[in-house]
Amino acid sequence: MEHINGRRRLLENSMFWLFRVAAIINGIALLAVVYFIASRGWRAINWTFLTEPPLDSMTKGGILPCIVGTICLSMGAMLVALPIGVASAVYLSEYARPGRVLRIIRLGINNLAGVPSVVFGLFGLAFFVIYLDMGISILAGSLTLGALTLPVIIGASEEAFRAVPGTYREASLGLGATKWQTIYRVVFPSALPGILTGAILGLSRAAGETAPIMFTAAVFFSPSLPASIFDDVMALPYHIYVLATAGTDIEATRHLQYGTAVVLILIVLGLNLMAIIYRAHLQKRK
Amino acid sequence: MQRTQQSGKSRKRKEQAIRSLFFIIALASVMALGFIMYFLFVEGLPVFSKVSVKDFVFGRYWYPTSQPPDFGIFPLIVASMAVTGLSAAMSIPLGVLAALYLAEAAAPRVRQWVKPVVELLAALPSVVIGFFGMVVVAPFLQDLLDIPTGLNLFNGALMLAFMSVPTICSISEDAIYSVPVELKEASLALGATHWETIARVLLPASLSGICTAIILGMSRAIGETMVVLMVTGGAAMVPESIFDPVRPMPASIAAEMAEAPFRGSHYHALFATGIVLFIFTLLFNLLADHISHRYKQTGAATL
Repeated sequence: MEHINGRRRLLENSMFWLFRVAAIINGIALLAVVYFIASRGWRAINWTFLTEPPLDSMTKGGILPCIVGTICLSMGAMLVALPIGVASAVYLSEYARPGRVLRIIRLGINNLAGVPSVVFGLFGLAFFVIYLDMGISILAGSLTLGALTLPVIIGASEEAFRAVPGTYREASLGLGATKWQTIYRVVFPSALPGILTGAILGLSRAAGETAPIMFTAAVFFSPSLPASIFDDVMALPYHIYVLATAGTDIEATRHLQYGTAVVLILIVLGLNLMAIIYRAHLQKRK
Repeated sequence: MQRTQQSGKSRKRKEQAIRSLFFIIALASVMALGFIMYFLFVEGLPVFSKVSVKDFVFGRYWYPTSQPPDFGIFPLIVASMAVTGLSAAMSIPLGVLAALYLAEAAAPRVRQWVKPVVELLAALPSVVIGFFGMVVVAPFLQDLLDIPTGLNLFNGALMLAFMSVPTICSISEDAIYSVPVELKEASLALGATHWETIARVLLPASLSGICTAIILGMSRAIGETMVVLMVTGGAAMVPESIFDPVRPMPASIAAEMAEAPFRGSHYHALFATGIVLFIFTLLFNLLADHISHRYKQTGAATL
């Protein structure tokens, strides 16, 4: 008996160690990526790097047009995805009744979330750039990224709507408000912080994507900042890819590649940290 | 009286209109998916006037720019499956074990810190992971194993595992965490150890959720573009060892689209490759959807 219990205990302990090791490997993976890139990239970052365009066929100078381009594209994506996503979430959580229609909509959202990013790029190229004749532009890129981030926004917003207690709705309806008034004046304001968290996550997702903008918005090099939404742009993720694989002198621009990667990581992880902290803050308040 | 009735009617009509409006907007996702399929097929199908579906899918030679061109994506399909399979061999144990740690072994304080780390790992842009694989992992592998290039199938799979572990981990954790606590308590009360409870009660009860997590993780890996574009080496041939360079489907599309003449056969062939890739991920997602609906998580009521 003693012997069996000893073996059971040993098995338990070793399995729990295995769990721990797996979790630690995840932590190390994140640290390794951030450490290797940050330690080699931070020296490249200074004021000129952030505020000047690339010079001498992109072997010197800064990345200002890429930063501006990425901000334009990800903001544009949110302008597209946020209204549609929040409205879809309103329908799903407030109006929809279980049934075949709801099942189809959910299947559509789940599968849209699973479409590979490069396929979004092909779609953007065929539909926005060619068929709707937008050309390689901020508009086409934002619409493509908007379609890509739509499931993220819908998911976060729906969760936020569902977290609003049913008693709020009942109280409002009981006072004689219509369903729409209830949604607009009661449910939506309570869900707003959750929706905002989703918007931040969507923004960070859009900022980090490369494949969807390769054929729809981003260019190797653009001498000036974009003047309108019909202009093409440079973008941080695409700039990293271009410098690392197709630059005129790949080794000589290593520090620029690391620097650009650090800026992109800072933007994306910064936005995510913001969302995580904000969410923790909200949970504490409840 | 008549007036209130009148306004009640118009109020009802307005409510109905708003409801319809939201319904139409909610269809946007389905429409987007429909548009994606439509345009993939419109731009992809013309290639089959040059090459048969069989020769396209099973052709062993991908020389899209030679004269006459060869459009056989078999090496690309094999590469995609090999990279995804190998990365799954790494990411499934890692993701599920880490999920078990978070759901069962970690103290609440630790859990509070580790969960965000997993989320941040999921948020790292793919181009950054690809860059990391190129400049850090590839030279390391090349020196360590003394192979001609560190940009190969193995490196690609390793970097893809990076990207699918967080997906697998967080969805599995949700599934394990939501097993009714009564099941766990019953098992512990019967004298089972914590590990025995996990292995015989929690894992079987959350199996459908874990399967969904694994399939979604693999779907993310097979569709991932930047990592395989930068890290797998780009040789369009059927690999003989895991240290051979390969060219998965997304990499081929992303690398060649810029040079393919507009609406030429090469352009259409790349869209057709997109169709094949899309079908792969669609099947993965439908399978995940089917599993999560067909085998609903075991609840307290069923026991």
